[in-house]
Amino acid sequence: MRVSRWLADRWVMIVALLVLGYLALPIAVVAALSFNRPSSRLSYDFHEFTLDNWRHPCATTDMCDAVLRSVQIGFVATVVATVLGTLMAFALVRHRFRGRSGINLLIFLPMATPELVMGTSLLALFVSAGVPQGFWTLVIAHVMFCVSFVVVTVKARLAGMDRRLEEAAMDLYASEWHTFRLVTLPLVWPGIVAAALLAFSLSFDDFIVTNFNAGTTVTFPMYVWGAAQRGIPPQVNVVGTAMFGIALLLVGVSSLRARRSAR
Amino acid sequence: MTALAPVPAPSGQAAEAPPPPRRGRHRLLPYLLLLPGAAWLGVFFAAPMLQLGAASLYDPGGSLSTGYVLTWAFGNYPAAVQAYWPQFARAFGYAGIALVLALLTGYPLAYAIAQKAGRWKNLLLVCVVAPMFTSFLVRTLAWKTILSDNGALVGLLRDVHLLGPDGRLLATPVAVVLGLTYNFLPFLVLPLYASLERLDRRLLEAAGDLYASGVQTFRRVTLPLSMPGLTAGTLLFFIPATGDYINAELLGTPNEYMIGNVIDSAFLVRLDYPQGAALSFLLMAAILALVFGYLRRAGTEEVPR
Repeated sequence: MRVSRWLADRWVMIVALLVLGYLALPIAVVAALSFNRPSSRLSYDFHEFTLDNWRHPCATTDMCDAVLRSVQIGFVATVVATVLGTLMAFALVRHRFRGRSGINLLIFLPMATPELVMGTSLLALFVSAGVPQGFWTLVIAHVMFCVSFVVVTVKARLAGMDRRLEEAAMDLYASEWHTFRLVTLPLVWPGIVAAALLAFSLSFDDFIVTNFNAGTTVTFPMYVWGAAQRGIPPQVNVVGTAMFGIALLLVGVSSLRARRSAR
Repeated sequence: MTALAPVPAPSGQAAEAPPPPRRGRHRLLPYLLLLPGAAWLGVFFAAPMLQLGAASLYDPGGSLSTGYVLTWAFGNYPAAVQAYWPQFARAFGYAGIALVLALLTGYPLAYAIAQKAGRWKNLLLVCVVAPMFTSFLVRTLAWKTILSDNGALVGLLRDVHLLGPDGRLLATPVAVVLGLTYNFLPFLVLPLYASLERLDRRLLEAAGDLYASGVQTFRRVTLPLSMPGLTAGTLLFFIPATGDYINAELLGTPNEYMIGNVIDSAFLVRLDYPQGAALSFLLMAAILALVFGYLRRAGTEEVPR
């Protein structure tokens, strides 16, 4: 019994590590390919080690323009979605009102609808309304699919908050505004930051909705998609690796700070 | 969704208790807070769905340049199904096989992180989310390198005769299913982890004390208790996987095209809006029917006796 349980324990852990390996493999390949000098534009195989891609990441200017455009769209969409979603989360957690279930459904549905359908339906709307597609239609679309995720994230933080802290502030004659500004907001802030980071990553990486509503605007994922047909410049892997590094750094810093403040 | 979702899964049940009633002057406040967000979703999510529904009933004889007329052409639907049922079947088939693979690999992973990882828990969780730190498309292209005809993997499989001397992985259904499994696995693992993390180990010990075998304990205790996470994870995996067309396009050939590829080309290449809209609507209806049917069944099993 004991031996078999020991084996069962190891069996689960071994499978888990293998699956993690499966998840990690493509990242390792992306990192390796960022140092590759490909034999031809259409080759995906590792050919020769070089540092050129990292030294000249913008050798293909189109790609850097696309990255910049993605950052701009992501920034605007994140700010708008975070504000709208946070307001909604406050209303849902802190207030009682008619039509709650309808609002909950309106927030849930975008998360359950295939992106493809959201993309095509917005395209149908923009075309029939005669709205030219480009930067701003992308911002509109990205805000639309980010809002629900912001609501869910901020709501989780708000729901877990100790209301007595605010009551204590009120008891100490803080006005409602002061209580919000000095107690509520700082406590919810980590949730809002997490929601904003999530919204930015959703927006930056979106391809399907973007593809239908971009017009002639090229974002980074759209650039990669187009380049996959013409041949991928190795600098794409530099961007992929750099993104990974930045995200990892953010996670590392935030967990270090969490550990320090826990002490 | 193609990015990380460390959010409690939308399990349908809004369990939050309504807060106590507030004073009168707050009566309008919740509506003011909700208005901008709800209006945005109403105009840019709900209204487009209606527009898509209308577009699916346009006269199929029209075109973008000459303009479309709403003629309630319900015939668009049977015509679309007749023309593209193989791609529909492929979408659900590939996503279904990928889901089974993801369950077989994702369940042990979530279980190991939740119950066995000890102080490594957070590190392993970061490893699960890590793929999403970099671009979805770039990662999928990396599979092109891994599965390449000149790559180590194909070489190995040829050496052990699992593949014939000319056998390949890239541009086959295997590559598409592997890509789908890979790309959406974290969406399955995260909610499953959240469920398994709350699992009380004493229940497992109690089952063992009552002479349940490992398999029985899993079937009668662990599995039912992880049902909420399993349900949410399955949906979060299956919905995007069925609508995906990136894996079929980059790792497959037109023989592996899924319904997403057809819809993409209907809207962006052939500019056949009525057909594209009818196919989109059918896809959504099929997925919603599956989702609600599944939720109903899983929901009854969700409550452990």
